[in-house]
Amino acid sequence: MGNDKPKLKLAVYWGAACGGCCVSVLDVHEKLFDVVANADLVFWPIALDVKYKDVEEMPDQHIDVTLFNGAVRNSENEHIAKLLRQKTKIMIAYGSCAHMGGIPGLANFSTKEELYKRVYEDSESTENAQKVYPQTETTIAEGKLTLPNFYKDVCTLDQIVDVDYYLPGCPPQTERLVEVFMAVVTGAELPPKGSVIGAGSKVQCDECKREKVNKSGITRFYRTWEKEDDGKTCLNEQGFLCMGPATRNGCGVRCVEGNAPCRGCYGPLDGIPDPGAKMMSAIASMLNEKEEGDIQKALDTVVDPAGTFYRFSLPGSILRRKQS
Amino acid sequence: MTNMNTEQWSPKIVAFFCNWCTYTASDLAGVSRLRYAPSTRVIRVMCSGRIDPEFIMEAFAKGADGVLIGGCHPGDCHYSEGNYKCLRRYDLLQRYIEQMGIDTRRLRLEWISAAEGKKLQEVVNEMTNTLKEIGPSKIKHVVETIEK
Amino acid sequence: MSNQKEEIRIGYYVCHCGHNIAGVIDVKSVAEYCAKLPNVVVAREYKYMCSDPGQELIQKDIKELNLNRVVVASCSPLLHESTFRGATSKAGLNQFYMQMVNIRENASWVHESKEEATEKAKDLSRAAIHRVAFNKALEKKKVPVNPTALVVGGGIAGIAAAMSLANAGKKVYLVEKDPTIGGYMAKFDKTFPTLDCAACILTPKMSSVLKHPNITLLSYSEVSEVEGYVGNYKIKVTRKPRYVKEELCVGCYDCITACTFKEGKFPDEFNFGLSKRKPVYIPFPQATPLVAVIDEKTCIHFKTGKCPQTCAKACERNAIDFTQKPEVVELNVGVVILTTGFQPFDAKKASNYGYGKYPNVFTSLEVERLVNASGPTEGHVVLRDGVTHPKSIGIIHCVGSRDEKTNKWCSRVCCMYSLKLAHLLKEHSGAEIYNFYIDMRTPGKGYEEFYDKLLNEGVQFIRGRVAEVNDWATTPEEKGKLLIRAEDTMIGMVRRIPVDMVVLAVGLEPGKDAQEIRKMFNISCSNEGFFLERHPKLAPVDTFTEGVFIAGACQGPKDIPDSVAQAGAAAAQALALIDTGHVELEPNTAFITEERCCGCQVCVAMCPYTAISFDPVKKASSINEALCKGCGTCVAACGSNAITQNLFTDVEIMSEIDGILIN
Repeated sequence: MGNDKPKLKLAVYWGAACGGCCVSVLDVHEKLFDVVANADLVFWPIALDVKYKDVEEMPDQHIDVTLFNGAVRNSENEHIAKLLRQKTKIMIAYGSCAHMGGIPGLANFSTKEELYKRVYEDSESTENAQKVYPQTETTIAEGKLTLPNFYKDVCTLDQIVDVDYYLPGCPPQTERLVEVFMAVVTGAELPPKGSVIGAGSKVQCDECKREKVNKSGITRFYRTWEKEDDGKTCLNEQGFLCMGPATRNGCGVRCVEGNAPCRGCYGPLDGIPDPGAKMMSAIASMLNEKEEGDIQKALDTVVDPAGTFYRFSLPGSILRRKQS
Repeated sequence: MTNMNTEQWSPKIVAFFCNWCTYTASDLAGVSRLRYAPSTRVIRVMCSGRIDPEFIMEAFAKGADGVLIGGCHPGDCHYSEGNYKCLRRYDLLQRYIEQMGIDTRRLRLEWISAAEGKKLQEVVNEMTNTLKEIGPSKIKHVVETIEK
Repeated sequence: MSNQKEEIRIGYYVCHCGHNIAGVIDVKSVAEYCAKLPNVVVAREYKYMCSDPGQELIQKDIKELNLNRVVVASCSPLLHESTFRGATSKAGLNQFYMQMVNIRENASWVHESKEEATEKAKDLSRAAIHRVAFNKALEKKKVPVNPTALVVGGGIAGIAAAMSLANAGKKVYLVEKDPTIGGYMAKFDKTFPTLDCAACILTPKMSSVLKHPNITLLSYSEVSEVEGYVGNYKIKVTRKPRYVKEELCVGCYDCITACTFKEGKFPDEFNFGLSKRKPVYIPFPQATPLVAVIDEKTCIHFKTGKCPQTCAKACERNAIDFTQKPEVVELNVGVVILTTGFQPFDAKKASNYGYGKYPNVFTSLEVERLVNASGPTEGHVVLRDGVTHPKSIGIIHCVGSRDEKTNKWCSRVCCMYSLKLAHLLKEHSGAEIYNFYIDMRTPGKGYEEFYDKLLNEGVQFIRGRVAEVNDWATTPEEKGKLLIRAEDTMIGMVRRIPVDMVVLAVGLEPGKDAQEIRKMFNISCSNEGFFLERHPKLAPVDTFTEGVFIAGACQGPKDIPDSVAQAGAAAAQALALIDTGHVELEPNTAFITEERCCGCQVCVAMCPYTAISFDPVKKASSINEALCKGCGTCVAACGSNAITQNLFTDVEIMSEIDGILIN
């Protein structure tokens, strides 16, 4: 089918990311042949030897689709994000980090100074008596060495550049990527700009097979090792904090299918600016306690609420980062 | 006393008041001409249980120095238990905003019955004074300014 | 979201409310400011927006300027929202396209700084202007009103309200917690200022209630559960066991005469313990219904099970039934009138007056029974020993009233009833009477004249709060007397007056079950604990719960004429509701958008009205609109934003927040 048409030009880039998103692209396995049949990969640092300057030399809008994964947390990420935006027709924020900040976004709970101190001084494996910290410029005998500037804030991709679509997940489900890709290739009508693609339009519970018993409210929460899951009842009803009720589906309820509570990597449904707020509201509502002391005791069992409810979404949430 | 106040910075408090109790109490305070600090901007809801944590975050993100929630006393909710739902959300939110580095005194929940115009006056004045001590909120600035 | 696409044309109106708003807020600058805000087509200020010309201004603009949204900045929406909604809909625009801004109760009346009040008015107006663009056209739902009424409390207010409704042809249930109706009035001797005998004017009313074909009297019963909403209340009433079958008893007293106890042995509630009754008793001869009642706390059968049951044997009609159990009756009514009355201040709490310590300190209510010809002493005024006639009596006003230590409010009736008691005591005993008062409060028709009359009857009046009553005699004349120490503010010195008898004019307090009743009927109490009216002037018998009205002393201390007048007002309001035949409900109910609902059922558990149910086939929940009361708690709990509350949608509230803060 794609033979009579010019091949699509595809780019994949990682910003502040773990690499899992790139691996998820590789996970297309034999479908990669379909992809390659229809597209040229013009830029993909983990797989292809293409230099930044090669990208810089491309004409504007040269690339059809860029899958940008990872958050933006330093000047290099920002530079490439802007560059790719300029060279790309359809910019897709790929994966939780580009979408909402993701796990690297949890750094927004700390200041740059705190992070540096932890990483370059205090961590158990570090010995740094001279307190050597990364510098953006270091002059040595041979000349000047540069490092990207480490930003104070971790940003979502759309806080830096205009984003056309969001493909959520940590990482996104590979099948979803192939669907999206094939839609672009076949010239199917694309959803309105700004849409979340490759995901469902309801939350996790819609596909979840676990039973709701609607007995009484929750009196305390459990971390997964604290209590045995019965394997069939709604995890929230058992007291395990499951982000399912406020998290978009599309992953196939993978975590819950594997008997682990949903962590919320697919983010909220359309029109919900703050998944954590929604989840806090739902969870708190499910509590049974009425007395202030009892409520506090029950909430004591929610270890690290901010980190729990904003595990993947802190930079993209309403409050964005910790005040300093 | 007012001369002094008008010269100073005055905080802005977004106040979510339950129609049946605190909103009525604020009407009562009005009818009784109880003077209090002009810091609150009231949004009427039918029940404190309607208050979505998103509303509170939105208010902070858009520049509120404080958020005040007024609901019915425990056991007195017009809708039976909405105030308890509100309390549980509030207690969790307090933990969250503390982790977010926000002074928890910026968010306050008070049970103020329809008859407690006086309490409304006291709560608003007290909260206003507290916010004056803490100073203007920088949350809006932090939210809107990405630091590189 | 079609309303986002239409061009929004807002008319903004700020009211001066005479000087009420314009005296503090610079309405001109507010109007000028709002005129420049997005979507505002016209911004006007006007002296009284609620007046006809004010409303016509809105209507004219809607028609001529093609407005599709209206914002009125004036008083509280609780006061005039319906006025401006009406004006809006008369001009052909959906009434919910009108948004009110409260700049009077919430600004001009509570702030002194003109600049800051004006600033606040601008912020609030801007919020409404932002919000109104998202307001949706809604229709009020009409629900029929069950034409049956429930009156709770069978004192004079309840009797009057029930009679008015019944005479208008409405079915009424009258629930009374005691074995008889009549309340406190039945215990009074004469009533001020006319001195007509309370029983003579009350008892015919009581029997009319019993005989009235439209009234069902449920005596010795209490409301135990309230469900539903205006026009359609479901009330559960628990009928306490009398152990006497009401339908069989004819009030012949045979059972009482035959009781194992030959004499009365237990304090008689009706006479405040001044006499004794048997475990089986009829509260007083005109009790309505005239049916005996057995008190299980004192009856030997219930205490030991070893009673020969002479009462049961004496009853020719076999009316006595020791096996009776509490019985729950379910009533469906459209309107409720609460006339649950007051309780007298417990005189023991004013310990400096020696009630309970010195036998000859009486409460005013005890004295009502003493001077009553059908009372325990047949109208003879005697001391606690039952024989000695007092030669001097001191009446202390404001016991449990106007007192920082007990109750701060004036009980309104004590001055007048103290004057009445002074008159009656003098008449019955010829004793010297001293009235100790703080201020003489006689604001009522013929009341001041009554006071005048007393002044001429030789009753002594001493203006001053009594410090103490004791029996510490210092002279032989004082021996065996009670000594009243008070400052006489008229002559500026402390006086010490020995008397034989002290009467404490106890004040009125909220009934002891007021809080329970309030919670059941979902109404509020004012600070001191009396039921709170919807508006002190404009809706004095309404409450914040539609279809629930209040009358009599449950709303605040008041005398018989005022209680009866209020009962009439409450009955009229109830009738208006019944005769309209339907009520329009505020459309603030919530609904679920099925396409978004995941069926997680978090909301199902949220709803106190079981309005939300889950459909396992559709795998989605839905809200039964008839059951939804519109609190919005489920909306906030929904992680999918699948639930919308009409009138309070997320976007409406969010835009209000943004409107306040985005300048």
